Amino acid sequence: MNNSRIWSIVIFAAAVLIFGLSWIIIGSQAGHNLTDAFLVTVAAFLTLSILSFLYKDNPYYKFAEHLFVGVSAAYWMSVGFWSTFVGNLLPRISPSLCTYFGVPYKGFDIFFFIPLILGVFLLMRLSSKMGWLSRWSLAFIVGTTAGLNLIRYLRSDFISQVSNTFVPLVTDWRGIGPFFSDFSLSITGQFAMSLSNWVIFVGVFCGLIYFFFSKEHKGAFGYASRMGIWVLMITFGASFGYTVMGRVSLLVGRLTFLFHDWLGLVK
Amino acid sequence: MTMRGANRPFCRFGLSFFIILLLPAYLCGQESIAPPSKVVAYDFKYDRGEAVELSWQLSPDDKGNGSISGYEIYRAEDPLDSFISIGFVSAGTSSYRDKSVYKGQSYRYQVATSSDGHLYFSEISAAVVPRMELINWNLLNLFIIGLFLCGSVIFFISHATRGKKLFIRKIAGLEAIDEAIGRATEMGRPILFVPGINDMDDVQTIAGITLLGRVAKVVADYDIRINMPVSRSLVMTTARETIREAYMGAGRPDAYSDDMVNYITDEQFGYVAAVDGIMVRQKPATCFYLGAFFAESLILAETGNSIGAIQIAGTAQPAQLPFFVAACDYTLIGEELFAASAYLSNEPKQLGSLKGQDMGKLLAMIVIILGVLAATVSQMGGGQFFTDIHQFLSNIFTVQN
Repeated sequence: MNNSRIWSIVIFAAAVLIFGLSWIIIGSQAGHNLTDAFLVTVAAFLTLSILSFLYKDNPYYKFAEHLFVGVSAAYWMSVGFWSTFVGNLLPRISPSLCTYFGVPYKGFDIFFFIPLILGVFLLMRLSSKMGWLSRWSLAFIVGTTAGLNLIRYLRSDFISQVSNTFVPLVTDWRGIGPFFSDFSLSITGQFAMSLSNWVIFVGVFCGLIYFFFSKEHKGAFGYASRMGIWVLMITFGASFGYTVMGRVSLLVGRLTFLFHDWLGLVK
Repeated sequence: MTMRGANRPFCRFGLSFFIILLLPAYLCGQESIAPPSKVVAYDFKYDRGEAVELSWQLSPDDKGNGSISGYEIYRAEDPLDSFISIGFVSAGTSSYRDKSVYKGQSYRYQVATSSDGHLYFSEISAAVVPRMELINWNLLNLFIIGLFLCGSVIFFISHATRGKKLFIRKIAGLEAIDEAIGRATEMGRPILFVPGINDMDDVQTIAGITLLGRVAKVVADYDIRINMPVSRSLVMTTARETIREAYMGAGRPDAYSDDMVNYITDEQFGYVAAVDGIMVRQKPATCFYLGAFFAESLILAETGNSIGAIQIAGTAQPAQLPFFVAACDYTLIGEELFAASAYLSNEPKQLGSLKGQDMGKLLAMIVIILGVLAATVSQMGGGQFFTDIHQFLSNIFTVQN
């Protein structure tokens, strides 16, 4: 028996001992029963198993990973059947099947046969002779997606963005004299508001130039394009910091579970 | 009996005293609240006959001092049925959209001011019948802009198919695709392709799958392994079709296997846990992340980084792009992901489509310059002409519902 195998057995025995003791100790505390204690212990074990990936791939991570994948795949399969097939399709095509599955019948609708037929076509992949039919379903999905999203993105990303960029580069203009006499660095002041509008205009315009593919990015066009990528990178930097803050709060949530719910060290 | 009969005049007197003197005094103590006026109900325009718009003039007592709690909306089917309450809006609100109506049915409305548990009813509105309109004229500007964009795409596609050469600038990340696949060949390791976690109803997934076709063709040419874990069954089906086509195109249909694409799970983090496991166990030389990504982007990219893989990412999710930029070797930013397939394939249809989209960007740039100039000159007192231009452009580029 080599050293690594011995260590594996020792670590496994230690894990069994620690989590077994944890189950018994938590279960014996007032306000807990053995079932609650078991669930908390299993949750702690799985949390630590997933976190062990930070060290390296190991059997505990593999166990947690396979359990997670297996349980979630089965769960989504079940959700798909009960919400889509039983919940949406059957109430529109068959009163007798509705009675069988115990869902309310919502009246016959012939249009619901279209997704049913397309779904059956998808399953035709299992047949070597009829497999080509599944391409019809895929073509329908991809085509309708592209068509519907064209309008959605045209409205939200294109038209709204353009109209929101119609900003005056100088706000609240009362002449050069008042501009200097009333000069203020306040966030609601004329200078800050004008600067903000300049950033919007230059940022959007140079960003558009960066994503313009029909012309080589050279000369003035190239400078504007580089300005565009700078704007993007600054935005990404801000977004990075913001999201990392959110992730830290998720970590705090898991640590709170371990130290409060499981170990009871934090009250 | 005697006693009761003796008391009867006194009781009558007491009751009369209460009704004649005390009740008016009690009622006078209650503050009189005016109901709302000018209640108008009209069909909500450009819908499928599923809404009625209601407006009224606020009660004169609605002064924002808390004396009125709000307005109770009542509706009756016409010919007049009994009125029933269908909604409540807070004080200061003078409109309501009733979305619980049926097309072709006539309705009348009444609005009541609610104050201290008392209701003060308005006049009954004129009857209104919700109707369906076939054309939504509010979206005319959207139609024209869409027509311009689609027209440009069709024009440039026909231009390209006639053999005219269309120029597309270099896209850095795409130049690296062949290099990254070549590296995997030299190292004898597989390629990992992650198409994101969204289904085929997301254009980013479609763009990722389009790029998969190109990657799979090179993979087939070089005879290396490709592994593609997916989180959606439809993506699995489409990806298998795409890779099979690519292998057939490369003249190696026998080398294709369905095992190249595996369904993992729909669950976001279950999928990520599995892909991370695949990465550290198979140690792919190259990882592609092309599609729609969410919180898993950094987890995947960091794991890929830790095993020393060349990583090429592309997504249009603004919140995830920073992580790919930080952790990957090359990143296709937003629109570049959609342009990539045209650039790589060099097909006239795709190039024409990309060129047509560029015309849309050109239009946006021109309109933005005009709009900003008009807004600035108008702000600086440049006259009504510039204000009108600014207003005109704002109207064209505003989409109403």
